Amino acid sequence: MNMQSFRDNAWNGLWKQNTGLVQLLGLCPILAISTSMVNAVSLGLATLLVMALANFAIASLRNFIPYEIRIPVFILIIAALVTMVDLSFNAYLHELYLVLGIFIPLIVTNCIVLARVEAYAAKNGPLESTVDAVMMGLGLVWVLALLGGIRELIGNGTLFGGIDMIFPGLSPISVFGPDYPNFLIAILPPGGFFALGCLIALYNWISSRAAARAAARPKTAPAPDAEAAPTS
Amino acid sequence: MTTRYTASHTSLRTAGIMLVFTVLFTMVMSLTYNATRPAIEASELREKMRLINDVLRPGSFDNVLLDDYVELGPTPELGLDKGGRVYRARNGGQPVALVIETVAPNGYGGRIQLIVAVSVDGHVTGVRAITHSETPGLGDYIDPKKDKDKAKPWITQFTGLSFAEVAADKWKVKRDGGAFHSRVGATISARAVTDASGKALAWAVRHNRDLFAAKNGDRP
Repeated sequence: MNMQSFRDNAWNGLWKQNTGLVQLLGLCPILAISTSMVNAVSLGLATLLVMALANFAIASLRNFIPYEIRIPVFILIIAALVTMVDLSFNAYLHELYLVLGIFIPLIVTNCIVLARVEAYAAKNGPLESTVDAVMMGLGLVWVLALLGGIRELIGNGTLFGGIDMIFPGLSPISVFGPDYPNFLIAILPPGGFFALGCLIALYNWISSRAAARAAARPKTAPAPDAEAAPTS
Repeated sequence: MTTRYTASHTSLRTAGIMLVFTVLFTMVMSLTYNATRPAIEASELREKMRLINDVLRPGSFDNVLLDDYVELGPTPELGLDKGGRVYRARNGGQPVALVIETVAPNGYGGRIQLIVAVSVDGHVTGVRAITHSETPGLGDYIDPKKDKDKAKPWITQFTGLSFAEVAADKWKVKRDGGAFHSRVGATISARAVTDASGKALAWAVRHNRDLFAAKNGDRP
């Protein structure tokens, strides 16, 4: 794969087609798990792993999958991979599994995974598909980290709460001191919607400013937006 | 698709391919299951032992606790509507303590599963929440891992108490006229745990002898 398509993949995944802020796929896990930064990043990384495996597997097998039954086969493959990740987490990362336990099986139902498989892996080679999945996953991870960090900071006054369950010995940072009265709504579900709404507004503001600046500037080279937005 | 394929031919072919994929990935899943099972069982056992070491002083018993239990049927006193287990700690064959699985049905987020350890002389040696869905940051201080007070987590205040120190009718949160404090704004979680641990203690004191006499794995 060449440098240009790698850059396109990275740009689309991390910013332009960001799963958390633009495609808005998988809102349910995003809102449910982003109560603290550690939870959010952990589930983001688990989703990234599943996406990379699913995209690789399906891109490799895509010539054997008949078009008519592609969706059942995709779901079958994704479900099998999630089961494998779930069992492996349970066996080898048990502490983390206790935190994420119930959310890992739910990755199956996360539309991000199916959307990337259908929009990208079914039409591209294994290497490009894996890169696409990793970039889309990283885009999700940074949004989740930011969202989880904001909610945890406002709601609980701490950052990295629960880090000791993943790295024993490290302890959370108490930003506002022990007397912080916990602004609880940030952690409860409505706070998830508020925080995500603010992030999306910020994203749109930055994008529209960048677009306005690009329009004002005389054109020198075509923007790297060659790839059309995938639909799902 | 060329025209020589009939509709039935196509459906048979796709069904066949689907079957191949199903068999293939079921195989992958069962291989993973078999490969990870020993590690999963070991970590589950470790997790159980860690919980038991939280509620019973390590070294105070010498039997294989997880193999010495009484199976309970539905027990309303302990909030168990499907039954549960009572593990029996012994030292040199002598009864030491009971580790009781119990459920507080009235948490803010529903059921709270607890284990309560009660020594033979009727003292609580420890209480721990196993699973709960109390509000994060508010009611979840019943779980010492989530409790901000790491030096003296809320749930440790039951440790070492018996009905001689706190009378049975005072085994409540202060809000209900009892002896145990709860955190401001989150009395419901504390009330559920306090009441359930009190009930478990009373039940253990009442059935102590029967439970230790019962045969292993039997109902008393």
